Amino acid sequence: MKTHTIDELQEVAKEVRRDVVKMILKAGAGHPAGSLGMVDVFVALYYAILRNDPKNPEWEDRDRLILSNGHICPARYAVMSHVGYFEHKNLLKLGSFKSILQGHPDKRFLSSLETTSGPLGSGLAQAAGIAYAARMDQKRFRTFVITSDGEHDEGNHWEAVAFVGKNNLSNLTMIVDRNNIQIDGFTEEVMPLEPLIDKYKAFHWAILEVDGHNIKEIVEACNKARAIYENPTVIIARTIPGKGVPFMEGNPNWHSKAPNSDEVREAIKDIRNMKGEIEDY
Amino acid sequence: MLNSKLFLSDKIFKKDIEVKLMRDGFGLGLLEAGEKDPRIVVLSADLKESTKASYFAEKFPERFIEVGVAEQALVTIASGMANYGKIPFCTSYAIFSPGRNWEQIRTTIGIDSYPVKIIGAQSGLNIGHYGVTHQGLEDIALMTVIPNMNVVVPSDYLEAKKAILLMAEDNKPYYMRLPRIESPVYTTEKTPFKFGKANVLTESKNPEVTIVATGLMVYEALLAYKELEKNGIETIVVNMHTIKQIDEETIIRQAKLTGAVVTVEEHQVIGGLGSIVSSVLSNNFPVPMEILGVQDRFGQSGKPKELFEEYGLTKEDIIKAVKKVIARKNS
Repeated sequence: MKTHTIDELQEVAKEVRRDVVKMILKAGAGHPAGSLGMVDVFVALYYAILRNDPKNPEWEDRDRLILSNGHICPARYAVMSHVGYFEHKNLLKLGSFKSILQGHPDKRFLSSLETTSGPLGSGLAQAAGIAYAARMDQKRFRTFVITSDGEHDEGNHWEAVAFVGKNNLSNLTMIVDRNNIQIDGFTEEVMPLEPLIDKYKAFHWAILEVDGHNIKEIVEACNKARAIYENPTVIIARTIPGKGVPFMEGNPNWHSKAPNSDEVREAIKDIRNMKGEIEDY
Repeated sequence: MLNSKLFLSDKIFKKDIEVKLMRDGFGLGLLEAGEKDPRIVVLSADLKESTKASYFAEKFPERFIEVGVAEQALVTIASGMANYGKIPFCTSYAIFSPGRNWEQIRTTIGIDSYPVKIIGAQSGLNIGHYGVTHQGLEDIALMTVIPNMNVVVPSDYLEAKKAILLMAEDNKPYYMRLPRIESPVYTTEKTPFKFGKANVLTESKNPEVTIVATGLMVYEALLAYKELEKNGIETIVVNMHTIKQIDEETIIRQAKLTGAVVTVEEHQVIGGLGSIVSSVLSNNFPVPMEILGVQDRFGQSGKPKELFEEYGLTKEDIIKAVKKVIARKNS
């Protein structure tokens, strides 16, 4: 794949955000806030980090990308279509009968997904199984896994955090979508996660933090993680849920609600106006 | 008389019939499978000694993975390993796996049909002393309800061993339950064993009832058969070692032959062998049935014999059910 400048990737991210909003409107259901919040991470991964080939998705030495919090699949689907895994027109069939893009990721319908996912808390363990098996066979590929902050409430996740730490799976990188919201409200009110960094430290992980909307930072952190041989790495990506659509940003009410067509018009206008530069927050 | 094509043990009804642990059959079968196929890996949730995964662990430490007391991690890590291309065996007790990690098995193994093999040891009332919290009596129901899942319940040491070797070669998910106690080895190395093909253990010119049993209850059914024979009541005993995919053909053929069926299982009657056999017959050839098993109750501590008596799973209970179903058939 050709290399892209950060400016170009920011333009791609805008396109993807427009796709995501339209997909969820058409589907009439979905999770707009989390999906929009992770667009930049997916763009960074698919355009600048993952060693893979959309024309040969089963290539055995490809980097793996496991999406644990499957509900943000609209963002992944949209980016996958942009890099050529399937035709762009499929996006508007999100969650419809016999669509390759099921409402939650379903590998039976789209084999280029690494796993079927949605129920929270299992993705890290699956990624750990892949990374452990790959290390047994001296494979060089890397396993990436995206998890949400809300799913840190799950016991299954922490069982896997301990397993990965115990086995020093340095061929695994986890990106945590730290957007501070979950269905019932803000994470720190529903079930506090902080101090999150200290928790990972205690399990012998290497920790990196990035602005989850700064593509350059995301790429640099992932490259740095490739060079850490002593520990697995967690990249805590600080993201704004609903990023790009001001009336959705940071608002838990948009966790799992589809916008209506007026709201989508407003959202698309907002996305068009995004300056493409990363604001501090 | 015994079905001569099955080469059952000469000592089948003798006092000195050999008794062995099915868990040992599992552990040794796993060792043999591991020697044949380097893709096999074994995961343990802190129970390698009692599940007998220890034989494999000693021989192949690099392919043995300890996950700690974490049954959800057990199966989800296995799912990832199978996704990569390994053939994982997950070992724990039935009550914890699949008891505690059912949704993970459904989502990360069932839907995409990964070849993960889940071994639930210490299933049933027979674990005795340890009591209700550890008696897995619901595992067959939990696993048969998942599409793509295959469910196997061996009835002696040799069957457990044969089952492991076969499932290791089949690229599908499996659940196998194992009891804690030793049991008579009534089959031989020559006894045929094929998933989905029930073994019809006895033959008769004029059979009145078919007894379909699974697991430890198969030998109990054979003892009932022997005693009934002495009293002039001829029965056919079927070893239903594969609960899913169930051998519909044998069930229907037997119902047509005898016109009455008794099922026996060391499991809840709701969602177990009896439920599945009755649904096969309801759809094809309904006959009077008696379903023996745990009747929607929880277990408790006690010796296996005391518990089998309390919950109606002895030879005498089977004989009573046979007589009752004959009366129903003839009424």
